[in-house]
Amino acid sequence: MRRWIEANTWTLGLAVLLAVLLLATKLIQPGFGASGLDSLARAALPFALATVGMAIVVIAGGIDLSIAAMMAVASVTGAVLMDGASDGQSLLIVVGVLLLGLLMGAVNGALIVLSRVPDIVVTLAMLFVWQGVALLILNAPGGGAAPWLRAMVAGGLLGMDWLPRGIVFLAVVTAAIWLPIRRSRLGLRLYAIGSDPLAAFRSGVPVGQTRIIAYALCGLFAALGGLSVTMGTGIGEPIPGPYLLASVAAVVLGGVVLGGGRGGLLGPILAVFILRTVRMDLTLLSVDPNVAAIVEGTIMVAVVMFGAVVATRGRKP
Amino acid sequence: MPDAPSDAVLDATGVAKRFGAVQALKNASLQVGAGQVVALMGANGAGKSTFVKILTGVLKPDAGHVRIRGRDSTVSNPAGARKWGLVPVYQEPSLIPDLSVADNLRLGDTAMAPFRHWVSELGLPDLDPDALIRSLPLASLRIVDLARALAIEPDVLLLDELTAALPTDLVERVLRVVRAQADAGRSVIYISHRFTEIAAICDRATVLRDGLTVGDVKIEPGIEERIVEMMLGGSVAAAVTEGRTARPLAAAPPRLSVKGLKTGTRLTDVSFDLHRGEVLGVVALEGQGQDELFDTLAGNRKASAGTVEVDGSPRTFSHPADAIAAGLTLVPGDRAHALLMSRSVRENIAIPLLARFRNWGAIRMGEEAAKVAHAIETLQIDTRAQGEVRRLSGGNQQKVTIARWIAKGVQTLLLFDPTRGIDIRTKRQIYSLVRDLADQGAAVLFYTSELAEVRLACDRAVVIFNGRVVDVIDAKDADEATLMRAAYGLTGKVPA
Repeated sequence: MRRWIEANTWTLGLAVLLAVLLLATKLIQPGFGASGLDSLARAALPFALATVGMAIVVIAGGIDLSIAAMMAVASVTGAVLMDGASDGQSLLIVVGVLLLGLLMGAVNGALIVLSRVPDIVVTLAMLFVWQGVALLILNAPGGGAAPWLRAMVAGGLLGMDWLPRGIVFLAVVTAAIWLPIRRSRLGLRLYAIGSDPLAAFRSGVPVGQTRIIAYALCGLFAALGGLSVTMGTGIGEPIPGPYLLASVAAVVLGGVVLGGGRGGLLGPILAVFILRTVRMDLTLLSVDPNVAAIVEGTIMVAVVMFGAVVATRGRKP
Repeated sequence: MPDAPSDAVLDATGVAKRFGAVQALKNASLQVGAGQVVALMGANGAGKSTFVKILTGVLKPDAGHVRIRGRDSTVSNPAGARKWGLVPVYQEPSLIPDLSVADNLRLGDTAMAPFRHWVSELGLPDLDPDALIRSLPLASLRIVDLARALAIEPDVLLLDELTAALPTDLVERVLRVVRAQADAGRSVIYISHRFTEIAAICDRATVLRDGLTVGDVKIEPGIEERIVEMMLGGSVAAAVTEGRTARPLAAAPPRLSVKGLKTGTRLTDVSFDLHRGEVLGVVALEGQGQDELFDTLAGNRKASAGTVEVDGSPRTFSHPADAIAAGLTLVPGDRAHALLMSRSVRENIAIPLLARFRNWGAIRMGEEAAKVAHAIETLQIDTRAQGEVRRLSGGNQQKVTIARWIAKGVQTLLLFDPTRGIDIRTKRQIYSLVRDLADQGAAVLFYTSELAEVRLACDRAVVIFNGRVVDVIDAKDADEATLMRAAYGLTGKVPA
């Protein structure tokens, strides 16, 4: 138990911080309740899914700059195909879009592994490629989304207003994909190649293959993120949203080390909600949006620095 | 050369490998039979590392073949090597720092029970399987790495400089276990520079020089000299005066005077004087405070008590720049910390010079080049691969770390285990280099994990045990047994 708390101090700290922020929101805006929570969840959903994808790649020692562009491709592909499709067809379309995400991510990963060009360069190039692809599919926001999809992220679950479906969707999808991986050898391998690729190679880990899988998983979550945009708005959005930098920020704040090998997914997800709540609170306080951006950046640096100080203090006897 | 045993478990013949212009291996051979421990020896650049990479499938040979139990090896990576019954334990532990011991085992499909057995057999019965690898000391990591290899029950065990970072008591256990493996019918390839270990456990030694297998000899008393000859290629090794007597100390205040130094929990009370022209050895078992001592003197850590005087005036170092300004220069034990691995030999040597040469403008290329060339020549650095330091062999990298201070000129040199994992020829070059520096008036503090070096390189040695100086021994009296007893705190003699 002590070991578990020690290993998860950062995540627990983030959970406390989020609780404090939500309480502060209630103080600022006494009317904040189920509907506020619902809109917070819906706004955070694409960010959270992008962050999960990014966190997996960063844990495996990489980075994917093309994540927002892949989300745009998934969003417009889903929206264009679903426009006027039946429920059964749209289910197939969703599956197809998820496979497309896996494929896009695998292409990123394979290019990095085969060309040996640094990941940051390859995914920067692919950012432009996926951006172009998204605009070719749909050159202005449009298309549609199946009503049952839209219903998945709107409102509370089974009449429980305080439990937004957006959060349930996020939790179910992430747990269904990540938990089996985390507990399998693949999970160990992802952490291993991020921690020390040479030692991983010598321990018999297929490093290249594992790296491609990491990027494919990132692509899968990018596709989920893109679909969640369409689910939230009902249309496809070909211009990539601000998800790239926001996901990197949440990954760092969430306790995933940018060099790879350390951290989990819960921390980054909590960090997404923290960053969204801060933004919401600043809006409620009618702070100038430009000032709000400065405050957000400052909070990030301050929290990460605070964490580093606590970590060094804790190590001393 | 004795005939290769026909029942060789591993048989590598005529192996050649070229990297661009460098022919790393010309014709290397190695035969290991069942129940044998074979030492693989060779100076730096002899091609040992390349040969090991070919045996373990990391590299493909240009010519020659590797047969395991009579079949051509198709090993193409470490995982494949394991299927063939060949398990290497590399010089650097191949464990994942951010995973626990147990997860590292799971990663490689290694069973826990035999691993636990071997870990306690090797002297770490209390190892916590849930401990993160990065929280364990280097010596424990090597034990974990070896225990993991043993748990796989390989036919051929390849051990590369296994004992380099181990304290003496663990070395003994490791050697016993390795020998027992061979006695149980397995084969071991043992790479080491330490003759005492090779004499203790090896049956034969295969010697590489310049990419060729130049000898395959049975280990018997007195074979050391022959092996050294083979490694050096007939050219008689420069004799190093052994057991030099301590020179009369200058009347001037000592260059460096340390009194009652305390840092952290390990270094509790260390005092000594270091004079100009003197090479003062530091002898200690693993973790007796020597790391803290060197870190403090180099300004990397602050002392919690005690004084450091340079030329008679007290100094406190709160930053490495302070120590450098006082003329104290550290050559760290880990070469990777000292060098810019992806820059050239020249740049690496010139970096400490820049501060001096900076003249409100461009670097004076001519002057820099001359000094650097001089340092390279003095040290006989192999510059075939001078474009990037990381492509040099370990011994040549170590020479670069020392060369930079020769080019700059040095007052007090702090050498932390400068010859770890380096072949005997380079070691001797480093000894004579250190002596030259001292003769030019430098004061040298020389920590070594190899006791035999004290006689070869130092004037005196202070022995640190449990964070305190327990003995000061003149080089002429510094035989290994005396040093060993002192290092274990068994001599009651306390220096005045």
